[in-house]
Amino acid sequence: MKIRLENLTKKFPNRSKKGGPDVVAVDNFNFEIPDGKLIGLLGPSGCGKSTALNLISGLEIPTSGRIFFDDEDVTDVAAENRGIGLVFQNYALYPHLSVLKNITFPLENLKGNKKLSKERMVDKAYEAARLVQIEELMERKPSELSGGQQQRVAIARALVKRPRVLLLDEPLSNLDARLRLQTREEIRRIQRETGITTIFVTHDQEEAMSISDLIVVMKSGKIQQIDKPQTVYDDPKNLFVAKFLGTPAINVFVGAIKHGRIYIGDDPVMPVKGVENRAIYAGIRPEGFIPDEQGGLKCRLKGVEVMGRDTSILSTHYAQEGEIIRSIIDSEDAMQLSTVNEALDRKTNAVFDPIHEKDNKRGEIRFSVKPRKIFIFDRETEERIFFSTN
Amino acid sequence: MKKNGFKAWLYLLPAIIFLGAFMFYPLIDVFVYSFEEGYNSASQTSFGIGTYNFSYVLHDPYFMQALKNTFLLVIITVPLSTGFALLISLGLNSIKWLRNLFQTIYFLPYVTNTLAVGLVFMILFKKTAYSDGLVNAFIGIFGGGSVDFIDGPYWAKMFVLCLYTIWIVLPFKVLILTSALASVNEMYYKAARIDGTSKLRMFTRITLPMISPMIFYLVITGFIGAFKAYSDSVALFGTDLNAAGMNTIVGYIYDMLYGDSGGYPSYASAAAIILFVIVLTITVINLMISKKKVHY
Repeated sequence: MKIRLENLTKKFPNRSKKGGPDVVAVDNFNFEIPDGKLIGLLGPSGCGKSTALNLISGLEIPTSGRIFFDDEDVTDVAAENRGIGLVFQNYALYPHLSVLKNITFPLENLKGNKKLSKERMVDKAYEAARLVQIEELMERKPSELSGGQQQRVAIARALVKRPRVLLLDEPLSNLDARLRLQTREEIRRIQRETGITTIFVTHDQEEAMSISDLIVVMKSGKIQQIDKPQTVYDDPKNLFVAKFLGTPAINVFVGAIKHGRIYIGDDPVMPVKGVENRAIYAGIRPEGFIPDEQGGLKCRLKGVEVMGRDTSILSTHYAQEGEIIRSIIDSEDAMQLSTVNEALDRKTNAVFDPIHEKDNKRGEIRFSVKPRKIFIFDRETEERIFFSTN
Repeated sequence: MKKNGFKAWLYLLPAIIFLGAFMFYPLIDVFVYSFEEGYNSASQTSFGIGTYNFSYVLHDPYFMQALKNTFLLVIITVPLSTGFALLISLGLNSIKWLRNLFQTIYFLPYVTNTLAVGLVFMILFKKTAYSDGLVNAFIGIFGGGSVDFIDGPYWAKMFVLCLYTIWIVLPFKVLILTSALASVNEMYYKAARIDGTSKLRMFTRITLPMISPMIFYLVITGFIGAFKAYSDSVALFGTDLNAAGMNTIVGYIYDMLYGDSGGYPSYASAAAIILFVIVLTITVINLMISKKKVHY
């Protein structure tokens, strides 16, 4: 089922003692979620993503705007009549009920001609349990389950009524790292098998990237970008999106466009076309650096981290934002570089002495930059500036 | 290890001495007294060992009256006070406005002096030369006849005693249950709302099981407290409870020891042991029921 949000806005009264303007948790959302897709609502904590989820679920009432499920306006429909399944961050399993009873709980509320017999409820519960592979746990209490199992129960409970939309609030945040990887594949599989339009909220960009069909990036109640995961990564609309996605994070520099060239500090990095002179931020993805004796970007080598397939070169540049520049290059290429080898030979944490560096060229590493891996943003608006290289 | 053992006992010594002198010794003594027939506290002698004390107490009409009073008190006040407390707590929990004010008001009886409370009940119920009490005045408005609640028929006196007891124990129960209700995580109700659970089912299937440990605690302590009732009765009906027919088991024990007809520690001890057995039995039954009904 499609979900369409039209000018959806949610304001909360300001609760600070001094008063002040309302807090806008969700600011004028307009987008359509296509049928049967897995959508990730991604943003830092406090950006309003959970509020957006609660608005769709019906637990919160929007200040203005409409919500449509297909062509039905559900804005004024109560949560229980929207046909949604919601999985809470802490799962909200009833601790005094067995897994089976937890899953049948939503079914027991059905009234009138929808009312089911006991056997039918148990059948349905087992059907949902099979989907999330917990049939053998049905008689246990939630306290006797691991975090991952509890979550499967929560998903089974959300699915047992065959909802039109499945909503997951930070589904993986309470799991340990290994389980998280497993569970996110699991969520993907369940979503594929059921074909239910699924929206999940997360602050973890890796999580969102790995399983969503579409990512909605949010910041302070505003939508920043809606795209496929790879597009959001390769083509960020603004500096925030560029910074928020990708591990290791993008390297940001203060720079300028001068005479058809991108400058980082005083280093000319790349010729560009179609951009006027202006102050910019330049963002370079870690994989966008090519060690190059003739390269324009002159950095100070700080250290080398060998990670098997890749090598990460840590360096600094006076125009950088943030602590360190991290560039990732193929290990085989890295071993060809004398600077890198020298750094690796020095066992002293592989860091050069800054005083020593000043008066000789040792420790300098020069990069050229892959054109598709550098993004430039207006210094004022932080909006992406598009350019062509030829 | 051995040295540590010695030290441990040394540290425990103060507690052991006090507990031994003021708890264990009296407990054992009561047990011994209850089986010593014809014990004379002046000469510290007895005729021998036997169960005559128990037989005497169980055939004493005053004791049977006290037993009946106590059981009625327990059976009436424990469920009613717990039920009322639950209703009040639910009410308190569902209002936002003036919640703290109401919480304070409901808690006031807990910090009010028993004598002051007794005085209030006197004004409400006692017949004097000048008035029949406020409640009688109220009954009079609706054309009912005047009832003597303090010196009148048994049911009227029992009614006042139960009312008094419920009123006294209510604030503590409200306090406990209000905090128990507040500690139920909001997300359970949200989850239930999404599933279209009715308010009644939310209460019976979520709220009640979640606060059942606290309810159970209140029932157990309520039972024990009601079985030990004495001062409430004194506050309402004066010290000669046997004459008023409103004695309780603990009152009977006290009277046997120090009352006008007192001086019989053996009978008092026997009555105390009987009370102990009753409370123990009820508590064990409670625990057995709780295994099935209480969710921790």
